[in-house]
This record gives sequence, C-alpha cells and structure tokens, in this order.
Amino acid sequence: MSNSTNGASGFMQRTIIALVQDRPGVLARISGLFRRRGFNIASLAVGRSERPGLSRMTFVVEGPAHVVQHVAAQLDRLVEVVEVQDITEKNIVWRELALIKVEASPHTRSEILELAGIFRVNVVDIGANSLTMEITGGRSKINSLIELLRKFGVKEVIRTGRVATLRGALSEGQEDGAFDGLQDEVSHYYTPTAGDSGSV
Amino acid sequence: MVAKKLTGGQIVCEALLNEGVDVIFGLPGGAILPFYGELSKYPKLRHVLVRHEQGAAHAADGYARSTGKVGVACATSGPGATNLITGLATAMMDSAPIVAITGQVGRAAIGTDAFQETDITGATLPVTKHNYLVMRAQDIGPTIHEAFHIARTGRPGPVLIDIPKDVFQEVAEYDFARDRIINLPGYNVRTTAIESQVEKAIELINEAERPAILAGHGVLISQAFDELRELAEKAEIPVVTTLLGISSFPEDHPLFVGFPGMHGLAYASLTLDESDLIVAIGSRFDDRIVGDPRRFAPNAKKIQIDIDPAEINKTLVADAPVIGDVKAVLRQINPKVKSTKHTAWVQRVEHLKAEHPSLKIRETDELLGQHVVRALSDVTKGDAIICTGVGQHQMWAAQHYKFTHANSWFSSGGLGTMGYEVPSALGAQIGNPDRLVWSICGDGGFQMTLMELATAVENKLPVKYAILNNNHLGMITQWQGLFYDGDYQAETYSGNPDFVKLAEAYGIKGIRVTRQDQLEAAIREANEHPGPVIVDFVIEKVDNVYPMIPAGQSVNELIEDPL
Ligand SMILES: Cc1cc2nc3c(=O)[nH]c(=O)nc-3n(C[C@H](O)[C@H](O)[C@H](O)COP(=O)(O)OP(=O)(O)OC[C@H]3O[C@@H](n4cnc5c(N)ncnc54)[C@H](O)[C@@H]3O)c2cc1C
Ligand SMILES: Cc1ncc(C[n+]2csc(CCOP(=O)(O)OP(=O)(O)O)c2C)c(N)n1
Ligand SMILES: [Mg+2]
Repeated sequence: MSNSTNGASGFMQRTIIALVQDRPGVLARISGLFRRRGFNIASLAVGRSERPGLSRMTFVVEGPAHVVQHVAAQLDRLVEVVEVQDITEKNIVWRELALIKVEASPHTRSEILELAGIFRVNVVDIGANSLTMEITGGRSKINSLIELLRKFGVKEVIRTGRVATLRGALSEGQEDGAFDGLQDEVSHYYTPTAGDSGSV
Repeated sequence: MVAKKLTGGQIVCEALLNEGVDVIFGLPGGAILPFYGELSKYPKLRHVLVRHEQGAAHAADGYARSTGKVGVACATSGPGATNLITGLATAMMDSAPIVAITGQVGRAAIGTDAFQETDITGATLPVTKHNYLVMRAQDIGPTIHEAFHIARTGRPGPVLIDIPKDVFQEVAEYDFARDRIINLPGYNVRTTAIESQVEKAIELINEAERPAILAGHGVLISQAFDELRELAEKAEIPVVTTLLGISSFPEDHPLFVGFPGMHGLAYASLTLDESDLIVAIGSRFDDRIVGDPRRFAPNAKKIQIDIDPAEINKTLVADAPVIGDVKAVLRQINPKVKSTKHTAWVQRVEHLKAEHPSLKIRETDELLGQHVVRALSDVTKGDAIICTGVGQHQMWAAQHYKFTHANSWFSSGGLGTMGYEVPSALGAQIGNPDRLVWSICGDGGFQMTLMELATAVENKLPVKYAILNNNHLGMITQWQGLFYDGDYQAETYSGNPDFVKLAEAYGIKGIRVTRQDQLEAAIREANEHPGPVIVDFVIEKVDNVYPMIPAGQSVNELIEDPL
C-alpha cells in the first residue's frame, strides 16, 4: 500500500508516530518544531496509549524527507518525547475515520444506503433530510466515497486524520532514541544545501 | 529525612540549596516577592542584584560556563521575565546550563491579561531546553530537581520554571529524598557510546593518513581536556578548535592549529580542507565553519562525536557518528587508537602555517585591535579568563589571545549576542574568585549592558573591561564595505560617552590607551588594581577582520589579509 501521496505543498506526505508523556504543553512543543520551519501539519491524531501516562500521536506532515527526518530527531530530544519514528518508508498499517453528513430526501435515501453498503460503512444517524455515515479506511477510499456522495449534497465532512502503526512488531520495545546515531536512512535522502544564515 | 511543611518560597530555597546553588542573579518584582521574602532565612544563597534581567541571565551563563555548575537567574512576571529571553536564547544556542525562576501572576489571574502577566512558558518554548508552569506548591520541589537534572545533563541548556505568586505562598511538604527522584521516560542520556560506533571510529582514525581533530564546545562542557590531549598526542593529530572550542587544548602545544571558518585562521581552514579525516569532538559543524557543505573538506571522512543525536547528519553526512559524552567516548576510543606518527602531515600543517601567516599584524603606528589582544595575551601569559562581545573585537580576541589555561574562553557563538561581554564576566568572576577575568568588549556591545557596572561595584567584582573602541559597529562597517558597495548606514557612533569619565561616575578606575607603547603599562596597572577597571583602547576606526570566508563559501574564496 502506498502511504506517501503528495500533499498540497507538492512535497510528499510523511507519517510520523510518537510516544509522548501526557503533560501540559507537549503538543505545543511538538507543533512548534514544525511551525518554526513553516511546515504544515496535514493531520494529527493523539490519544492515550496502552502505557499509563503516555500518549501516542500520529502526524502527517509535508516537507522534504531529510528535513522531516531532522525535525523528527529534534522531536526525539524533547524531554517528554519517549520515542519517535518516521515510518513513511516502513511497512505500516494506517487508518483514518470520517463522519460524512449527506443530504438525503426520501427519494435519494435508498441510493445512498446502497452506496453505503458497497463501501461497508455504518450509518450512525438518520434525520429528516440528512444521513450521517461513518467510514474507516485509507485516504483514497474515503476520498472516493466523498466524491460519489457529492451529487446528493455533502453537508459536512469530519476526518480524524491518520493513525498508523508498524505491521507485525509493534513499535514497543524500541529503545528511546530511534535516532541514536542509527541514521543511515537520513544520509540516504540527504542533499546538502548551503545553510549559512547570512547573518552578522 | 522527614517531610517538612514549608511555604512554596521556602521550598524553592531549600531545593536550590540541595542542588548546591550558592549564588542567584536576579531582580525582584511583585509576583516573585514572596520568594524574596524568604531569602533572609537562607544566608547561604547569595543574591546578586542586577540592573537588568538580561544581565541576570548572562551572568548565570558566565557562571555556568566557567564552573560547569548550573547558573541560576530569577525575575518577576511580565517585563522581568521577558527581559530574560535574550539571555535564555544565548544559553540555548551555546548549550549553557541555566535554571531561571520567574514569578507569575496568581493562579486565578492567569490567562486574563492581568497586570504584568506574560505567558512566559509560551514565549520561551523555543529558547529553552525545557520549561514548567508550577501550579501547586507540592510540585515545586520535584520540578526544581528535575529542572536541574535537565539543565546539566546530556546537551546542557536553559530551563525556566514559572511559579505563580500564590504558589510561593501556599504551604506544602518538601522531602528532598522523595522529591529528587526523577521519572522521565523520554529523557535518556547516553554517556558511553554503542561499541559498534566506537569501533568504526577507531578504524577510521587508525587508517587515516592526514587526520585532523575539530575540537568543539562539547570538550569544554565535558571537561575532557586530558582525554583530548591524549588522543592528539597518541596518534599525532593536529588540533583545530571551533570558536567555542577555544581553550579546550593548550595553544602553546605543537599540535595546536587554531580555529577555522569565516574568520578563522587560513591555515586552520586549510588543514581541514586537506585532511582525509575530521574527528569532530563535541562540535556541531556550524555554518560558520562549513560554509558550502558540498565543498567543505571534500576528501575527508567525518567522525562526529556528539551527545545530541539531532546534530548528526544535520549539515554534513557523518561517516562514523558516535553518540555519547565526549569524555566517556574518548576513554573508550583512546586505548585502542594506534600510537603512531603522522610526520609528513604534521610538517604539511606547519608549512601551511608558514605560508599563510594569518596572525601577522600589519605594520602601522596606529593602535589596532590586534595589538591590544596580543598585549593582553602577553601580559597575562594566556592565563586569564576572557569573555567577549560580538563583532570584530571578538574575532581578534579569538585569533590573538594564546590560551594556556583550560576552559577560559566565554563568548556568544551561536546567537552572537552583543552585550554578553559585561554581565557574563561578572558571573565568571563570581565562579572563579581567584582568577583574573578580562572582558574584551566592543564599544557597541558594552553600551548594551553597561548598567551592570554598578553590579560589579556593589559586589566588589574586580573584572577588567577592555573596550576596543572604534566608535563603530565595526563588524557592520566591514560587511557594508565588502558586501554592500561601501554604502555605510547606521554603523558609526558619533555620540559615544567618554568611557574613562563613565568609569569614574561608577567609582571604577578608568584608563585610556591611544598608542601601542602605552599598552603594557596600562594592562599591568589594570591587573594590579584590586577593583574593576575599564580600559578605553581607542583603536583604528575602520579596519577589517581577516582572514574571511564569505558566508556560504569555501576555502577557495578565502580572503587573506591584504596586509
Ligand atoms: C561574528 C561571529 C563570527 C563567527 N565566526 C566563526 C568562525 O569563523 N569559526 C567558528 O568556528 N565559529 C565562528 N562563530 C561561532 C559559530 O557561530 C558557532 O557558535 C561555533 O562554531 C559553534 O562551535 P561548537 O560547535 O564547538 O559549539 P556549540 O555550538 O556549543 O556545539 C557544541 C556541540 O557539542 C555537543 N555537546 C555538548 N556537550 C557534550 C558532551 N558532554 N559530550 C558530547 N557532545 C557534547 C552539543 O550537542 C553540540 O552539538 C562565529 C560567531 C560569531 C558571532
Ligand atoms: C544584540 C545584537 N544586535 C545586533 C547584532 C548585529 N551585529 C553583529 S556585530 C555588530 C557590531 C558590533 O559592534 P561593537 O560591539 O562595537 O563591536 P566591533 O565589531 O566594533 O568590534 C552588530 C551590530 C548583534 N550581533 N547583536
Ligand atoms: Mg565597535
């Protein structure tokens, strides 16, 4: 499965997962490292992990590979970050959940429900003029459903953003500092540029 | 020990004492007054009252760099706290361990734009290694111990602790034995390196024919002076130091080369360029050294010994990264390095030194900045502590002072903070009461923090300030001359004060030097004077620092002094 499509900025989207301590300000510290470089965070999902006091985050960012890898290394040095991995090139499973509210009159309802069946989505709410469905899957699956629903009138789309994990072995047992000098991958992408600040 | 019931302010004091703190640099205000109210009960905590909070942060920084201990600064909420920011950013860039304690408005007022409220943890996020807002007195003890741990271990850096006024007043239990226990699952510092990384490094060192050491600030931080010297001597490797690595290796040693880069010595840059291996030890390949990374030392493999994995492969690809503390890693490496001679290569480096006499001072009757530093170096036998500001005087100081005493050079390298020169020297003097401290100042930078002269007087700190007074923002004049077609704008100071009279106004000894033949006597007079001294060295107005490699370029574009 390809998990690296190009984002709006033209750069490849990269998926980073992190295990972080649950403390106030963690999110601001993490997002600050991206903001500082003018990066857009395309999606971000955070939730409690299986370990007490620790949360897992999955974020998708757009930027040149070697730069994202450097930000990941900088993330790892944040005091509250237990581990970080750029898993873009890894064998991963990832999912996204979306709630889609679509206009549904008595005439169109059955057609919409048929579509829902094909996509194996759950209908979670039915109102007089609308219907809300829940879909889980990869990005392209969700995108195609939204496209197909457009002609009925899509009122709202709420997406969680990507959550991801490595296939097979969980990222557990990984020592802190996935970046402890084991960065052969970094040099692989690395393209040096004149980095002088031009400052005096 | 049993837990004690104390106010938050008392907990701060007790926890600081338990961390071995003996001096705090600060200035009070409403939000932090409850803390100041407890200080009289703790006479072992010496409080040095600064004139501006930026001075508190730089003084704590100078104290920290010169002692290896954590420096402490404190300030009130709002403007007091924001005044610390430049000092925190300076410490962050150069990995100096500081703990800053700020008062905050009372808990109920936080977030309401209350009087003197600034979200200082928000504002300092990018310029601290870590920071805290402490919302309960019971958390003060554990937070302070955690903060000191973070500030001094791994790659050191500044940590800020923001404490609301009513938290200082709240009563809670403090138990050092309990509160010192640190639980930071995400903060693991590697001291010794992974064996495979060490092996790879040893292999490259043993194979190299033209190796060069690039010793950086990490050597000073790790206090690995003996280990560095052992490696250099055992494998006969010439030692280039970075600007912040100055005083990591004795400058009268035959293997000493000098500092490379933008304003480094031509032969030091050329040594790196011609080498086949660079052993970077606690130095982060800053852009002022590397210039154009595609053309930097193209034939050299790179070993990079650093405690911070995020520095590896940042500007250059490291053939052998070694993650760990410099001292521990060198102790792993040194025993397995072949004892060898690189006679031809060392001769080549000597030849480069002779061919490119970067330290030759041009013939003139005028007084030049270089003359001043050379005289300071000679009279003090290279044994003084030297602090500097930022600009031409800083570069001349780095080039011409011949350091013989380890860990004696404190300068703002990464942020390049003008004004560092006045307060940092106070901190260094307090940390080293028996050493001679000279601060080499620019007339520009000196005027950014000169209010701290009063702090020197009040605390009887005999710092000697050498102002290299060119009546210019000299480094700016140089850039406008070289890169802006001589279109000089806003670089001349026509309204400088009379620095000798200024000294007198502060009750400080002032001396003016205008000629080369006055140098030695004036410096001796300053050294012998028991209190602080300002020497106003009136130097040539417009003079460029050479050599120079323009930003982003390589040794091929190096401009030597047109003498
Ligand atoms: C006007 C001006 C001109 C300048 N020109 C030059 C120039 O010509 N040449 C030059 O060299 N510099 C120059 N500089 C300074 C330059 O900007 C950098 O500050 C400097 O090169 C950084 O040196 P460093 O890498 O040794 O130190 P730092 O930036 O302090 O880096 C230290 C490194 O050591 C690591 N470290 C810390 N502690 C340990 C430990 N215990 N064990 C292992 N690793 C550790 C850190 O992680 C870090 O990577 C100039 C600055 C100014 C203001
Ligand atoms: C706080 C700050 N503002 C601006 C600069 C930009 N700057 C770098 S060097 C320099 C000139 C410094 O003048 P002075 O202190 O007199 O030293 P000189 O170069 O003349 O020796 C300036 C303005 C800076 N480094 N720091
Ligand atoms: Mg000047």
